[in-house]
Amino acid sequence: MEHIRMPKVENVRLLDRLSSRRAVVGTLYLTATHVIFVENGSETRKETWVLHSQISSIEKQATTATGCPLLIRCKNFQVIQLVIPQERDCHDVYISLIRLARPVKYEELYCFSFNPKLDKEEREQGWKLVDLSEEYNRMGVPNNYWQISDVNRDYGVCDSYPTEVYVPKSATAHIIVGSSKFRSRRRFPALSYYCKGNNASICRSSQPLSGFSARCLEDEQMLQAIRKANPGSDFIYVVDTRPKLNAMANRAAGKGYENEDNYSNIKFQFIGIENIHVMRNSLQKMLEVCELKSPSMSDFLWGLENSGWLKHIKAIMDAGIFIAKAVAEEGVSVLVHCSDGWDRTAQVCSVASLLLDPYYRTMKGFMVLIEKDWVSFGHKFNHRYGNLDGDPKEISPVIDQFIECVWQLMEQFPCAFEFNERFLIHIQHHIYSCQFGNFLCNSQKERRELKIKERTYSLWAHLWKNRADYLNPLYRSDHSQTQGTLHPQIAPCNFLYKFWSGMYNRFEKGLHPRQSVTDYLMAVKEETQQLEEELEVLQERLANLQKSQSGDNKVKSKQQDRSKQTGMYTSNNSLANTPQEYSNDLKSFPSRSPSQGDEEDSALILTQDNLKSSDPDLSANSDQESGVEDLSCRSPSGGGCLPSEDSGKDSDEAVFLAG
Amino acid sequence: MEFAELIKTPRADNVVLHRPFHPAVEGTLCLTGHHLIFSSRRQDNAEELWLLHSNIDSIEKRFVGSLGTIIIKCKDLRIIQLDIPGMEECLNIASSIEALSTLDSVTLMYPFFYRPMFEVLEDGWSSFLLEQEFELLSSVTNEWRLSCVNKEFSVCPSYPPVVIVPKCIDDEALRKVALFRHGGRFPVLSYYHKKNGMAMMRSSQPLTGTNGRRCKEDEKLINATLRSGRRGFVIDTRPLNVAQQARAKGGGFEQEVHYPQWRRIHKYIERFNILQESFIKLVEACNDQSHNMDRWLSKLEASNWLTHIKELLTAACLAAQCIDREGASVLVHGSEGTDSTLQVTSLAQIILDPRCRTIRGFEALVVREWLQAGHPFQQRCAQSAYSNSKQKWEAPVFLLFLECVWQIHRQFPCSFEFNEQFLIMLFEHAYASQFGTFLGNSENERAKLKLPQKTMSLWSWVNRPEELTRFQNPLYEANSLVIWPSVAPQSLQLWEGVFLRWNRPSRFLEEAEEERINIIKYNKELQAKVNALRRQLAELETGEETQEE
Repeated sequence: MEHIRMPKVENVRLLDRLSSRRAVVGTLYLTATHVIFVENGSETRKETWVLHSQISSIEKQATTATGCPLLIRCKNFQVIQLVIPQERDCHDVYISLIRLARPVKYEELYCFSFNPKLDKEEREQGWKLVDLSEEYNRMGVPNNYWQISDVNRDYGVCDSYPTEVYVPKSATAHIIVGSSKFRSRRRFPALSYYCKGNNASICRSSQPLSGFSARCLEDEQMLQAIRKANPGSDFIYVVDTRPKLNAMANRAAGKGYENEDNYSNIKFQFIGIENIHVMRNSLQKMLEVCELKSPSMSDFLWGLENSGWLKHIKAIMDAGIFIAKAVAEEGVSVLVHCSDGWDRTAQVCSVASLLLDPYYRTMKGFMVLIEKDWVSFGHKFNHRYGNLDGDPKEISPVIDQFIECVWQLMEQFPCAFEFNERFLIHIQHHIYSCQFGNFLCNSQKERRELKIKERTYSLWAHLWKNRADYLNPLYRSDHSQTQGTLHPQIAPCNFLYKFWSGMYNRFEKGLHPRQSVTDYLMAVKEETQQLEEELEVLQERLANLQKSQSGDNKVKSKQQDRSKQTGMYTSNNSLANTPQEYSNDLKSFPSRSPSQGDEEDSALILTQDNLKSSDPDLSANSDQESGVEDLSCRSPSGGGCLPSEDSGKDSDEAVFLAG
Repeated sequence: MEFAELIKTPRADNVVLHRPFHPAVEGTLCLTGHHLIFSSRRQDNAEELWLLHSNIDSIEKRFVGSLGTIIIKCKDLRIIQLDIPGMEECLNIASSIEALSTLDSVTLMYPFFYRPMFEVLEDGWSSFLLEQEFELLSSVTNEWRLSCVNKEFSVCPSYPPVVIVPKCIDDEALRKVALFRHGGRFPVLSYYHKKNGMAMMRSSQPLTGTNGRRCKEDEKLINATLRSGRRGFVIDTRPLNVAQQARAKGGGFEQEVHYPQWRRIHKYIERFNILQESFIKLVEACNDQSHNMDRWLSKLEASNWLTHIKELLTAACLAAQCIDREGASVLVHGSEGTDSTLQVTSLAQIILDPRCRTIRGFEALVVREWLQAGHPFQQRCAQSAYSNSKQKWEAPVFLLFLECVWQIHRQFPCSFEFNEQFLIMLFEHAYASQFGTFLGNSENERAKLKLPQKTMSLWSWVNRPEELTRFQNPLYEANSLVIWPSVAPQSLQLWEGVFLRWNRPSRFLEEAEEERINIIKYNKELQAKVNALRRQLAELETGEETQEE
């Protein structure tokens, strides 16, 4: 609490990014964990909660006549614009938030104070939900070709690897250690995915320390061992996910890539996925496009293209498709690496696994996949997502890109995934929220030292408990899309990569479809289930009655006018909204302003607001402690996207006056 | 003319058909007067492809030795390739297709020859009469009347014989107003908003010319739609400078001096020939098999197609907003009043009027606001995106309207009784059809061609129960509210169902649609079962009670 200079400021205005007319006045609170804005309005007292760990940047802008503006950008893509009346207060809030948003010790993070009121046993059960050794067994290892190695039991060989790694049976400890010495950060080739059907596998590592000419016998033996573990194939692919130029540049630093001449029976392949710095800048550019006040279609499309974001998403997907094809169709094993083997390698291995194995497309399987390819293999969550104050150059949306790849696949294969879009959005949210311990630190070793499992709770248990919210109604385990490998198309005109407004404009509800097919179908399915139960009960009752009545059948035919079962989902469907600012012209007209709305609208706005209130996470900033219902979606009626008052850009205005 | 004269080679064997996402098939190709028919000879999976010649937009031929290849690009945007052995056969077939797909006489078109194989339950030609529309209107207001001033098509050749106009304006005045409006298209009622009694009218531009001509009757006519003390909006679909330039050619716009109660808003919607270019560019992008994302996005952007969608939706939303939120009457026009005007008025009704979101209501809207309102379908839809002949009347005006409906549909997926397939079907039939509905450029031409007597109406076919089921949206629940779509770029998407239709593996999306239908169907079945059981139980129980008594 010592960092909070100003716990409460009154008469703060919360602006709507898209329409200055929709500003609301309220009180701003700073707590040890959250920034809270409470609207003044008497009945609703709508609240906006933002976790400190979600804050990515705070910008104090030049003071104006109305006060001092403060712009808070969040890692879950929420943007909050406040105007604080007094410059001095604004400064204090700013200084406090700067410190609060950049904790220096893990202990300051929310997960260490978050208490979902579960007892010790429930907490432990929660952590056991995802069990990786069970997962390797499911894949079919250990077997004749693969074994678990204890070479890294005390993190003695590689401190960013898990203690339990699967390696080819013929790879001795000597070979592993030798190979590890020839790999960046000693990340030696280890099993990521094993395909039971044809023995092909996906292995992962970091780049070899080959420089211009160095070689390592053990490393060569290691790759040979991987090939031998797949007797059906006489070579393996080595996939370097970097652009060739980057990999070549690394040679000067004594790193680099495998020389096909030194390794027997490898086919080497570059796949140009850019590095974390390019990706960080790309996201930045795309978010600038998302934040444009009233972009024209070309502003938007040009900005989207210029950001390169979808190009990068496609590069990752293409790499995954290549590997999945090698494994499933050619039956060839693949070794994947990039530089350190913890960013692009994680992306590509997990996309390939997802395409190959329907299990990873289930809710539980997806948790396992993230745990396997990301958490256990030392993806640096702390550095990439800036949980603790650190080097801003280490931050990059690596897992965000993977999550988007999954969403793009869901759009193309609507029946293939057990979970829905909301599941992905919530996982992304919690990777940054630090409300659960799963994604803390940079490696398994650090997490063990911090005793994460004893001191925090697991996100997976939390999501699993609420799994009804995350189901895809179109998923059926016996459906053809659910089975086997997915084969996405490569060309953009065959596989339409779309801008994901559900993620990047997540908090601007006005931009999204106003009726959710997923929610509608889930409600129908829920009702169907109840009907099934009722049907059973009724049939039983009928059978009993008929038994008791058999013999005498003097039934009075009296038509009972039973009202049709009230559909519980009808309210879903009557979502209304208000018009956006389709033109500037109307505001100078001496009649009602469209944004005032009439009673009908406001009533409906409430309905919409309450719709998903059962789901605290959806509107982010959930806080089970406070017991306060979270209604942080600011403007349920939807932000306008057309010229707002201060844009002054609309040519119609001039026309209007001139005419 | 005998079609046989045009068909030198009516049949070719060992032809191979190539289509994206389908394995190549070998079979027999036959040409008839109106169809290209391909049938595979494979016993296990006999397949026939029937293609209307009028659906063919362009044809290219290539030769490798004596093997000829014909690439056929259709108006529904599909591209197929036929490998035909024998140079002469190939040349004959190509020239026949070329001739048959570009017949210049309407009366040679397939609708004049088509004999339906189904029983006509309801004649679509008389399903949507303006008189019925007026009857509905009369039950809520008596401020309007039906006028037959145009019954000989003499006042306005592109208007239907009957129109709805303010009651206080007589036919004599209408004749005068017609002389003051481009092409005689005097302001008529397009939509009456029952909720607040506001009206949307449409017309063409006023012929003010450079010297600011005025017409008292015109002013009186449109003022008749105003409530006392309130003002109305004129939504001009041209930018101000274009409207000003139009004066030099005798056109113009409503000037404040003469229309003091009206506010003019210029909401620019692109002219039809620009739209055609945009359409061609977009389809080219969608057929680019390159794997390069930058190239795809820049081509998509350069086509400007989505810009047109956004502009059009914005204008329609604005019109709807004026009526519903500002409580004002609206007059919409551009120059001729046959293209952008109709796009705006019909889309505004989709937003405002729940009835237009039903199948029947949407059909009525298409009839009223497009066919009867004189959108020149035959000119606009003569060629699609693959045409290389530079004719100047083609434009995807109707397709843009359908896509905007789809965009709104996507944002309100439970508020429409019809599904995406329904919109795609209308797109196809506007460009090539066995039905006469979209032939001709106006009611006048349709009457002269005697289409209702000589051809079958699309609606006669669509509205048969067995056809309708294909076009129903399983998620539909009537939504009586005004639906305001978002027009932000983030909210608008490429219409894959039309533009990537032949370029994507559609199986997965079709399966998803099936699954949606099944979920709803199963729920309804269960509901019916439970209700029946409940009734049965109630009967038994009351029976038991009476026994006990």
